[in-house]
Amino acid sequence: MDMVDIRDARKTYEGGFEALRGASLQIREGEILALLGPNGAGKTTLISAICGITQPTSGTIRVGGHDVVKDYRQARNLIGLVPQEINLEPFEKVANTVAFSRGLFGLRRNDALIEDILRKLSLWDKRGAAVKELSGGMKRRVLIAKALSHEPRVLFLDEPTAGVDVELRRDMWAIVEELRQDGVTIILTTHYIEEAEAIADRVAVIDKGQILLVEDKDSLMERMGQKSLTIDLTEPISSVPDVLSDYDLVLKDETTLVYSYDINAERTGIGRLMADLSGAGLYVRDVSTRQNSLEDIFVGLVEGDAA
Amino acid sequence: MNWPAVASIYRFEMARFFRTLMQSFLSPVISTSLYFVVFGAAIGSRIDQVEGVSYGAFIVPGLIMLSVITQAISNGSFGIYFPKFIGTIYELLSAPINFLEIVIGYVGAAATKALFIGLVILATSFLFVDITIQHPFAMLGFLILTAISFALFGFIIGIWAKNFEQLQLVPLLIVTPLIFLGGSFYSISMLPPVWQTITLFNPVVYLISGFRWSFFGMADVPIGFSLLAIAGFCALCLGVIWWIFKTGWRIRS
Ligand SMILES: Nc1ncnc2c1ncn2[C@@H]1O[C@H](COP(=O)(O)OP(=O)(O)O)[C@@H](O)[C@H]1O
Ligand SMILES: [Mg+2]
Repeated sequence: MDMVDIRDARKTYEGGFEALRGASLQIREGEILALLGPNGAGKTTLISAICGITQPTSGTIRVGGHDVVKDYRQARNLIGLVPQEINLEPFEKVANTVAFSRGLFGLRRNDALIEDILRKLSLWDKRGAAVKELSGGMKRRVLIAKALSHEPRVLFLDEPTAGVDVELRRDMWAIVEELRQDGVTIILTTHYIEEAEAIADRVAVIDKGQILLVEDKDSLMERMGQKSLTIDLTEPISSVPDVLSDYDLVLKDETTLVYSYDINAERTGIGRLMADLSGAGLYVRDVSTRQNSLEDIFVGLVEGDAA
Repeated sequence: MNWPAVASIYRFEMARFFRTLMQSFLSPVISTSLYFVVFGAAIGSRIDQVEGVSYGAFIVPGLIMLSVITQAISNGSFGIYFPKFIGTIYELLSAPINFLEIVIGYVGAAATKALFIGLVILATSFLFVDITIQHPFAMLGFLILTAISFALFGFIIGIWAKNFEQLQLVPLLIVTPLIFLGGSFYSISMLPPVWQTITLFNPVVYLISGFRWSFFGMADVPIGFSLLAIAGFCALCLGVIWWIFKTGWRIRS
C-alpha cells in the first residue's frame, strides 16, 4: 500500500495564484523520497496540503489510507512535520515545547522517549534553556525533536538542511537512518541535490505545481552514470589526432580535451588513453573528472519545461 | 473529542500565566487599591451611599467586572494571536485536533486567568470595605459566565486581527468605554433621564447590574434581563466561532 497517495492535487491561493496544478505522487511505506524543485515550485504547499496547514482546492490526498480532509484525525496521527521556517515560542523551555507537541497529539507523557530524542539531537544539555537563547541550528534541532515527539510513521522534512552546520546535518542523517530502520516513511524537500543522491531511495521532481518525474535514485543515477575526464594539454592542437579516434574524445578548445566514459563499465579506458596520449606526442598538464549529477537532469527537466 | 490534547493546550497556557504569577497577581491588587483610594476616598467622601450601600462597597462589583472583562478579552485574543504571529500555529493545524478543541483549550485558559484575577480583586476589596455577598453562587456563576463569554469574544478578535494594532483596537475603542459607561462606578439612576435611556443600549450595563444584584440584592435592571444579556452574548460569540470553524476564516489558508 502507498503510505502517501496524492491524486490531482490543486491549490489556488486567495490571491488567485495556482501553486499546485494537479500534482500526483505515490509514496511507498518505509521509503525515503526526496522532493526536488526550484524555489516556488510548490514543495511547501504540497506538504502543507498533506499536513492540514492548507486546504487543497481539489484532488484527494490520503495518508495511511485515510483521507487527510475527511479522516484528518487518523491521517494526522501518523504525520510528523518539520517546517521550513523556524517557528518556535521564544520564551518556552526546550523540554516543555517538545512535551507540548506530544500532548497535542493526545499522547500520554513519556519522559524516557523525550529524553532519548533530546539526547540524539544533542539537546539534552539545553532542555532547560529558553528557545530564544539557542542558535539557529539548535532551534532547528528543537523543531525536529517536536516532530519526533509523537512518534510519526510518516515524517516530512521541509528543507531541513538549509543553512545548517555540518554537525547537525550528520546528526540528522543518523536519525533519518534510524527512522528508516524502524520503517518510518520519510519525505524531504531540498535544494541540495547531493543530499538527495546520498540518502533518498527515490527522487521526485516538482516544478510549477506539477510532479515532473518520480524515479528510483539508483536507476536515475545509472541513467546519468556518465562521467567526463577533462584533460589540459601543454601545447595547443587543432584537432583530435587520428590515433585517438577510438576514444570518445571532444576537443573543447585548443588545449582542452574532454573524454566521456561510463562509470558502470568494467574498464574505463583511462589508463590506456593516457598511454596513447603520450604516444601521440601530447603532454598532459592537468586532468579533472566530473560526474553527471541529479542536478544536470534536474536542470535539464526544469529548463525543458520552461522552453 | 481529543481531551488529552485539550488538556495539553490548557496546561501549556496556564503555565505561561504561572511563570509570571507575581505580575499576574500584583497588578490587579495594585490597580484595585488605587481605584479604592481615588474613587472610594475622593468620591466616596462626597457620595455617602448609593441605594443603601456605602459607595466603597458599591463600586466593588463594577471593579471586578471591569478587570474580568478586560483580562478575559486580552488573554483570549493574545492566546491565539501569538501562535498566529510567530508561526507556531502550524502545530495546531497539523495536530489531530479540531477547531472546537483548540477553542476549549485556549478560551478555557483565558477564562480561568480572568476568573483568578476577579477573585484576587474581590479578596483585595475585603481589605478596604465591608461586604457581605447575598447570593454567592449567583455571583460566582455570573463571574464564570462573563469570563468565558469575553474570552470567546477575545478569541474571535485574536483570529480576526492581522497585527498588534488591530488586536488592541476593539478593546480600546469599544469595550473599555462601554465598561466605564456601564455603571461600574455609579448607579444609572444617578444619571439624567435621557442618559438613563441611552445607557440601556449598553450591554455591559446588564452584566454589571446583574453582578451587583448578586452582591447587594439590588439592580438597575431586572435580573432576568441580565441573565438574558450574558447568555445572548455568549451564544452570539459561539455562533461566530462556529462559522470560523466551518470556513477556516483567517486560520487555514
Ligand atoms: N499563502 C500564500 N498565498 C499566496 N501565494 C503563496 C502562499 N504560499 C505560497 N505561495 C506561492 O506559491 C508558490 C509555491 O510556494 P511554495 O510551496 O512555498 O514553494 P517551494 O516550497 O517549492 O519553494 C510560490 O510562488 C509562492 O509565492
Ligand atoms: Mg518551501
